Amino acid sequence: MSMHRLSGCPSCAEPLEEGDRFCGLCGYALTPSSAAVSTDHPTLPIPPAPPAPPAPAAPPAPSARPAPPSGGYAIPAPAPAASRAASGAGEPAPGWGSVAAAAPTLVGDPADWAATPAPHRPEPEPEPWPSPAGVSYPGPGHEKPYGTGTPPEGTSWDGAEPTPPAPQGPADGSDTRHDRPGGDPGTPAGATSWGPGEAPHESPYDSPYDSTAAAAAPGGKTCVACRAGHVDTDGYCEHCGHAQPRERDHVEEELGSVAAVSDRGLRHHRNEDAFAVSATALPDGSAATVAVVCDGVSSASRPDDASAAAAAAANEALLEALPRGAHPQEAMHEAILAAAAAVDALAPEVAGAQNAPACTLVGAVVSGGLLTIGWVGDSRAYWVPDDRAALPRRLTEDDSWAAQMVAAGLMGEAEAYADVRAHAITGWLGADAYELEPHTAIFKPDHPGVVVVCTDGLWNYAESAREMAQVLPVDAAVRPLHSAQVLVGHALDGGGHDNITVAVVPFATQPEGEREPGAAQETGTAAPAEPEVEARPQV
Amino acid sequence: MANFAKPSAPRFSVDVYQNEFLPEGGRDVHAIVTVTATGGGSVTRGTPADGTAAVVIMVDCSGSMEYPAEKMRGAREATAAAVDTLRDGTAFAVIAGTHVAKEVYPGLGRLAVAGPATRAEAKEALRGLSAGGGTAIGTWLRLADGLLRGTTAAIRHGILLTDGRNEHEEPAVLRATLDACAGRFTCDARGVGTDWEVKEVTGIASALLGSADIVADPAHLTEDFTRMMEQVMGKEVADVSLRLWTPVGVEIQYVKQVAPTVQDLTDRRTDTGPRAGDYPTGSWGDESREYHVCVRVPGAAVGQEMLASRATLVRPATGGEPEAVLAQGLVRAVWTNDVAASTAINPQVAHYTGQAELAQAIQQGLEARKLGDVDGATAKLGRAVQLASVSGNADTARLLSKVVDVVDAVAGTVRLKAKVADADEMTLETRSTQTVRVKKF
Repeated sequence: MSMHRLSGCPSCAEPLEEGDRFCGLCGYALTPSSAAVSTDHPTLPIPPAPPAPPAPAAPPAPSARPAPPSGGYAIPAPAPAASRAASGAGEPAPGWGSVAAAAPTLVGDPADWAATPAPHRPEPEPEPWPSPAGVSYPGPGHEKPYGTGTPPEGTSWDGAEPTPPAPQGPADGSDTRHDRPGGDPGTPAGATSWGPGEAPHESPYDSPYDSTAAAAAPGGKTCVACRAGHVDTDGYCEHCGHAQPRERDHVEEELGSVAAVSDRGLRHHRNEDAFAVSATALPDGSAATVAVVCDGVSSASRPDDASAAAAAAANEALLEALPRGAHPQEAMHEAILAAAAAVDALAPEVAGAQNAPACTLVGAVVSGGLLTIGWVGDSRAYWVPDDRAALPRRLTEDDSWAAQMVAAGLMGEAEAYADVRAHAITGWLGADAYELEPHTAIFKPDHPGVVVVCTDGLWNYAESAREMAQVLPVDAAVRPLHSAQVLVGHALDGGGHDNITVAVVPFATQPEGEREPGAAQETGTAAPAEPEVEARPQV
Repeated sequence: MANFAKPSAPRFSVDVYQNEFLPEGGRDVHAIVTVTATGGGSVTRGTPADGTAAVVIMVDCSGSMEYPAEKMRGAREATAAAVDTLRDGTAFAVIAGTHVAKEVYPGLGRLAVAGPATRAEAKEALRGLSAGGGTAIGTWLRLADGLLRGTTAAIRHGILLTDGRNEHEEPAVLRATLDACAGRFTCDARGVGTDWEVKEVTGIASALLGSADIVADPAHLTEDFTRMMEQVMGKEVADVSLRLWTPVGVEIQYVKQVAPTVQDLTDRRTDTGPRAGDYPTGSWGDESREYHVCVRVPGAAVGQEMLASRATLVRPATGGEPEAVLAQGLVRAVWTNDVAASTAINPQVAHYTGQAELAQAIQQGLEARKLGDVDGATAKLGRAVQLASVSGNADTARLLSKVVDVVDAVAGTVRLKAKVADADEMTLETRSTQTVRVKKF
């Protein structure tokens, strides 16, 4: 079964015909015309590998890690490399890479990727996403902000800026931040197409919509809703009173190796999700990609601040730890603790204060051939192999009432998720969290794929890994931003009942010979895939 | 929030309490706008007033004031006490009111400036007050208005005492007088004894943005006048308006002061600009008042947000000083499909909605009682007992218990008392609009 062509429209499930570019029923954009171009120019810049890969400071191979005695994630402990290869051949792990030959589905030539002189290579500019406003955001909630208010230039929807992303590689050193600029709204955002993604201290009304509107009507910001009044200092139209779009209503960011999109959705009045994506380098010079997605808990106070603080803090912690060679799982664990501390700090000093700010967190790190996942709450990560014949899977286990019911065997999955309490989370970051239990897991996929890191605003509309894989465009590995946009569009088409945030992180297997010889990676392309998993003991 | 720049003047702040969340298609937005003035208050310690305040005391000298004679004696003593409470530098005058108004002190259409000498002269003049004649309150107010018009003082205030009905004047004349005086000066009104009409006294106070009360026992007049004058002396900013700006398509349903008393201001609006109107609030010392604003917004889709109204406290331009915005707050509307959010009632809104209903229930209940409608009176006053009990309005509950026998306060079960003292019934009616603040937990 080949999934290279969608069998149905991701939006309305209308059966498609060969060569369709748009869904005949709903007009959903299916295969943007730039696909061929993109394949020629992979958007995955990998810094030049050092000639002698086995650097002393390189993170230890997963097989060298002691097997943890217990873990929060129920995946087999690592076995020695040889036996893993052998056993993998016989019994592939359930739901994971059960296809024998994963390598042929790798997009592009792995050797090319590794050899790409990425640092100074301009990013290919994807074609503008065709008519997104009309297709993906049809709801009334978006009609005004994104319809009439869309900047005429349409720049906001372009996948990438014409400017190439900041070069990344060993020369940048550990201080390099490939994420959004620190908080100065005036700083040109290297690879950011939407300006600073989240900066709670800034005026929430200083949005790109406003600036473009102001350019169109000199002398004051014009209301995006009525186009008649000017926007007052409070951010409301002095004519119709309509609130103006905030910066966080829709945020997109793309780095070479990762992209993320966050959207307010159609039913919430503000975006309480936040994300951080960044790229850095390990001590051996190889690239590391970080994606963190947070979902503010609506019933708490200032959930938007909580998610922004958590995403930023986790990202900072990872960008500090990874370049100095910290084990990614350790780094992820510490990052979650750092995020929790950042959210705790938002709580008022008053003792016994109610509803301290709180949020969930899910993070993914792709580094050194490893995929590290960490989470608290019900935001999720999914693995979707590039070869769509291989089984996709969910990598996280929700801290939620429904998940607990299912895990305890008290309810079936369908019954549990249909319950009104299904989405009550049992773990979160925040001062009133009973006991913080960061979950981390590490994987070593031996075939390429894409990690989808998202909030429940997305997975409510694609709950199972299989559904997620169906929605994710087949060229997700090379067009992560476009894929993230498609996923967000899927959730909006489904109703957009919650804020939607998704990061798409392509994962390329390490080409043969790139890593330490004799290690597990050498099982190569022919061996059946088995996940390399370590579940981290609770600290 | 904007602060009033003058260091000696109080600082105003506006807090808005509301549930901004509306269900899909929801249109009515309720908000409690709390206005607090703080940081002034130096005046009560005897700082020279520098001519910022002018007060005219209107004393009823109709013939009925001699029956019993304690009323006239009490009025004389109370007025003397009020004169003693005047700060040095305050402009003042005393009017004797009958079917005509007569200047008692200083006379000749002038105001005196408070000082040791003028206070002594005024008290001397009060000794000559005697009862005799009818009652035409409009003439008193018109004279007070004329006297106050000659002053440049920002705070212009009257204190009016009556013991009887406004018998020698058409109600329409009083009404017209009140309309003319509204905005020119503020006035507290007091009824002494039990032979006066509650609606007349409360109507005067309401129109002139002052307080109304009953002093059933003339012996308490001095105490009441002293306290009233102290409050007047505490006023520092005059003619403050609550300005409501609303966007196109938004209708103001009502604007009520709900604390410390219930006063409907809806019809007192003066349009002041595009989509903005001012509601008078009178003069302010160190105090806090609450306003219930209800606006109807155009329905919008879930996820939308709009500014339903901007509440601004404005001091008008006076004597070279430009109009000043003292503080402002925002009333918002956010449409959500979160039923828990959109159905929640803001505690402040609920509380003051209950307080306004309490005042109405008392007034309707007493009205029904006067008309002999026992069932209607029992139902309304029972509801009032229930509301007073739930909201912790102990003063009103106590007043109610003198008019009805409370069987079950929580359920609102009451029996009308067979015999009720006039003073108790009038006290309940006069004070029916007094509210209590939201209980602090």
